[in-house]
Amino acid sequence: MTAAAKPLLSVRNLVTRFGRGRGAVTAVDDVSFDVGVGETVAIVGESGSGKSVTALSILRLIPSPPGRIESGEILFEGTDLTKLSEREIMEIRGNRIAMIFQEPMSSLNPVLTVGLQVAEPINVHRRKPWDAALGTAKQLLGRVRMSDAESRLRAYPHQFSGGMRQRAMIAMALACEPRLIIADEPTTALDVTVQAQILDLLKDLAQGSRCSLILITHDLGVVARYADRVVVMYAGRVVEQAPARELYANPRHPYTRGLMASVPRLDGDTSKRLVPIEGQPPNLARLPTGCAFAPRCRQATELCQRERPALAEIGPQHQTACWLETPAHV
Amino acid sequence: MSEADVLLRVDDLQVHFPVHKGAVFRKQVATVKAVDGVSFQLKRGETLGLVGESGCGKSTTGLAILRMLEPSGGRIEFEGQDITHFDKSSLRPLRRRMQMVYQDPFGSLNPRMKVRDIIGEPLEVHGLANDRKAFDQRIAQLMRTVGLLPDMADRFPHEFSGGQRQRIGIARALALEPALIICDEPVSALDVSIQAQVVNVFVELQQRLGMAYLFIAHDLAVVRHVSDRIAVMYLGRIVEIAARDEIYRKPLHPYTQALLAAVPVADPVVEATRKRVPVSGEVPSAMNPPSGCRFHTRCPLAMDRCRHEDPALRDLGAGRAVACHLHDMAAQ
Repeated sequence: MTAAAKPLLSVRNLVTRFGRGRGAVTAVDDVSFDVGVGETVAIVGESGSGKSVTALSILRLIPSPPGRIESGEILFEGTDLTKLSEREIMEIRGNRIAMIFQEPMSSLNPVLTVGLQVAEPINVHRRKPWDAALGTAKQLLGRVRMSDAESRLRAYPHQFSGGMRQRAMIAMALACEPRLIIADEPTTALDVTVQAQILDLLKDLAQGSRCSLILITHDLGVVARYADRVVVMYAGRVVEQAPARELYANPRHPYTRGLMASVPRLDGDTSKRLVPIEGQPPNLARLPTGCAFAPRCRQATELCQRERPALAEIGPQHQTACWLETPAHV
Repeated sequence: MSEADVLLRVDDLQVHFPVHKGAVFRKQVATVKAVDGVSFQLKRGETLGLVGESGCGKSTTGLAILRMLEPSGGRIEFEGQDITHFDKSSLRPLRRRMQMVYQDPFGSLNPRMKVRDIIGEPLEVHGLANDRKAFDQRIAQLMRTVGLLPDMADRFPHEFSGGQRQRIGIARALALEPALIICDEPVSALDVSIQAQVVNVFVELQQRLGMAYLFIAHDLAVVRHVSDRIAVMYLGRIVEIAARDEIYRKPLHPYTQALLAAVPVADPVVEATRKRVPVSGEVPSAMNPPSGCRFHTRCPLAMDRCRHEDPALRDLGAGRAVACHLHDMAAQ
């Protein structure tokens, strides 16, 4: 993405909280990132890092109560999605922005045929009559490389394998030619060889139509293969973001470095011991006052315990939130 | 491999499940051959990685060896004894020598039991818990061994994180000092940053205590890190088995090649230049496996012969074997 080009999506200082009073949890805490036109951005983090809540916030799918977007802006094609009414956001959901979930079985309706479900967004958003919508659905199933699309239209989700269901989900996501697809762990439930097929397909189709992609994952290999840019999240905050090559060549946040050292690689040195990150991800209801990673960080100083570091520029398009990288403050 | 070193020998193991239809005249309509002719050996102190996609029979193989499932055919020999048809009373002493670590650190620990009792239960079952003081010392020692603090012994499982719970499961498996631990996806339910902690526990315990592992997993990078040898399974069969570095450096079976190529490496520069081996489709149903070579429906190199003739697992020497017609021809 060039500096001049306007990003398609710009998340600014997003805060999403669940619950009230003492039990309140800040699941997404002051998160900012951009997604350029045609760009694939990966959001990486472990469970509880806030990556999925970030995605759900963008589509305004946070269950409320107990959840709510407390502050911040989500600018999509110039509109702030946080300010839209429920009716206005429904115009965008499944139309300009589509979502693909982890478990295709629970996101498909078991009592409706696949054809009907793929055709539904076309009927709703494009106001096409059902027979025309079903015709488009058939083409879409062909585009996601399903053989025998005609008979697949009449099949029910339980008659599909996991990979086929995820193909149907992709077809549904593509139905209205969205500008952005958010895929939340789209292949975690699938086998390795099928995972590669699905991600290749998704990336191909997105690239073909200059559609942007947000890929939410915990798998650093998937990120390396498919992402242009990476946002690393920890305990609800962005701790580092950079173009993919830069991040892998030059990880600066101790958490990012820790993740890379702890994951065995297919081409790694097996004689070397893995270097785990000690401890465990923090409880969001009891976050430390300083940097959330400080209790697990080998390099943590007294300052890290006391104060939270802000996300700061440390190189071209490379930002990190770590006191060690901002010497002026130390 | 000298005879004395062999801890476990599995010969043509079969585990078939009947499929019934109808409520009154429960008629058997089909058979799922979950494991269909699996053979391998495991040495003392060795780790054999068993990899494959869901439904390939890797977990069923593990359960059959533990005799938690009844084999339908073949032979399982453990420490020189044929255990294939051991009855309940013979199985009890056997279980002291063979233990299991499960995938789900939440479902595999009784939520109403204290950690002390979970880890100590195998000792009680086998009548080794008579002296209270010695028992407590043993629990404390086991907890230290897996990196837990002994003063947590009176807590309940819900007070522990996923990684700690998996350590409790490992301590329980270690309590009887088994010669073999069957690990069924022991780290796949854990967060990425925690997986390495548990993988290191497995590696270090083996160096210290010398037990053998049958390490069942779908994550090829983790399996590569812990295993000495690796067996790749597809639809109830072993399609390739070899020393760890051999299989990763030069996979021979087209399925092994596809499986390895499908796993992305965490490095964008490497990824940009990697050769991809595309396989189409998904694993067919084990109820109705393809004729001939079971992989032929997805194999990019399938020949006419592969559709009719089932390739045998052929020994290529140096502990390497592969079941593929391409390598039959190469060998001849």
